[in-house]
Amino acid sequence: MDGIGTIGRGEVTVRDLSKSFTLNGRRLDVLRNLHLDVRGGEALAIVGPSGCGKTTLLRVLAGLERPDSGQVRIDGQSMEGVGTDRSVIFQEARLLPWLTVLRNVAFGLEVRGVTRAEADRRARHCIRLVGLAEFEAAYPRQLSGGMAQRVGIARALAVRPRILLLDEPLGALDAMTKLTMQEELARIWREEKVTMILVTHDLEEAIYLADRVLVLPKDRGDVPQLIEIDLPHPRDRSAPPFVALRRRLMAGFGLH
Amino acid sequence: MTYQILDAPALQSGGASSQRADVLRRRRAGVAFALRRYGLLAGFLALWQIGAMLGWINPTVFPPLDRIIAATWTGLAGGALLDDIAISLQRSGLAYAAAVGLAIPLGLFMGQIRAVEQALDPILQFFRQTSALALYPVFILLLGLGEASKVFVIFWATLFPILLATIGGVKEVDRKLIEMATSFGAPRGTIFRRVVLPASLPSIFVGLRLSATTALLLLIAAEMIGANKGLGFQVMNAQYNFQIPQMFAAILLLALLGLTANAALVWLQRRLCRWADLAR
Repeated sequence: MDGIGTIGRGEVTVRDLSKSFTLNGRRLDVLRNLHLDVRGGEALAIVGPSGCGKTTLLRVLAGLERPDSGQVRIDGQSMEGVGTDRSVIFQEARLLPWLTVLRNVAFGLEVRGVTRAEADRRARHCIRLVGLAEFEAAYPRQLSGGMAQRVGIARALAVRPRILLLDEPLGALDAMTKLTMQEELARIWREEKVTMILVTHDLEEAIYLADRVLVLPKDRGDVPQLIEIDLPHPRDRSAPPFVALRRRLMAGFGLH
Repeated sequence: MTYQILDAPALQSGGASSQRADVLRRRRAGVAFALRRYGLLAGFLALWQIGAMLGWINPTVFPPLDRIIAATWTGLAGGALLDDIAISLQRSGLAYAAAVGLAIPLGLFMGQIRAVEQALDPILQFFRQTSALALYPVFILLLGLGEASKVFVIFWATLFPILLATIGGVKEVDRKLIEMATSFGAPRGTIFRRVVLPASLPSIFVGLRLSATTALLLLIAAEMIGANKGLGFQVMNAQYNFQIPQMFAAILLLALLGLTANAALVWLQRRLCRWADLAR
């Protein structure tokens, strides 16, 4: 999986980004004049109370939502809509139920015109990466929630994105599976050296996975905060610095 | 090719004796299943036969089954009923094929474009609620008493179930799957071919099976009016001539035709939508 470094490093620059929705005739500013610099290869977590616009920001970065104004640049180039340099992992696995695991993982490659043989080869590699090699021929409804989400992750990795966008990817999983998957994501991120932008409502998950945490405020007047997580990988959830960071972050949300 | 439970450990295999017991148990389960499923039908047929022979029921109206089967066999072997089957199949087949050929592409198109669907839905609902049989006189006025009006009335009745099922199927495709495909940069055509079409197939099949039943129903009605061939005509004709076994022979063949059509569609559905839970 090399060659990623030569194309670009997966830097994201957001300038003056604004997005609003109209809800019941009322204008709702979800994002207002947001500035953000994501370094290439970094893991950035976006947290904030519900309604703070974290998912909207991710959807804008994915190209699934158009911003009202402002600019998004990826490796210096202006971003227009969806692109081959990014892929999205959604909260639900969103697998096509009529395709096997292998065909689901190859789906992203096939729609981009990669030949079947090459798509299969890359899909198999990514299925191994998420530890599902034995389940290539299984259908989605034969998989558990955690396994299905792994397939979704493999599908996103198969297209070799520079930037991986994750929209609460583990939010629907049970607590045990979630912990395993967090370790899995940390490992994949280290091995694949992609930029990872992760929206989550789980502060511990943010500290466990991210280099920096962006805290979006509920009140649009407040300034978003960026918090450096300067802990070595792999991280120990019960180490004093980890616990201290979590306490600080939770206090910021008024939790104790 | 289907693993049902992936996490369950493989069943422990025992010795030869337990294997034999296994075969025996499976055979017994098979018999029990056949009894549960077809027992009532077999009982009904037996009661008919015995009842007609012993005079519990009027044998001139309900002749014993052996005479009905004999009449069916004579009709088929002599070739008299084969002609009727052929013309009936031709009428319903032609109408059904035309309905499928028009309704599926139109439904796929309408389901995708909201404005078109919204504009056409009221008129579709209106047509659907108008009984095809009630319109049959109109079709006869327009197309004459020949083949055209017969085929057209069947076509009309089979068109709407397929059309509405197809539209419904397309409309109910999970938007999240479409968004997923979009996020990989799939163009519209690819999304249609690889997401929308397979996702709406189960619903399309519901329409196809409903319409197959309707096609045979309308066939009989159409053939009872102004026809001189066909299974529906034979039912009427045999009744006029008081050839009751022959009448039942035609009815039996119609039922078999319906069962065959449904079985063929179920088979096709199983092949194409193996991934979906079949409704049974």
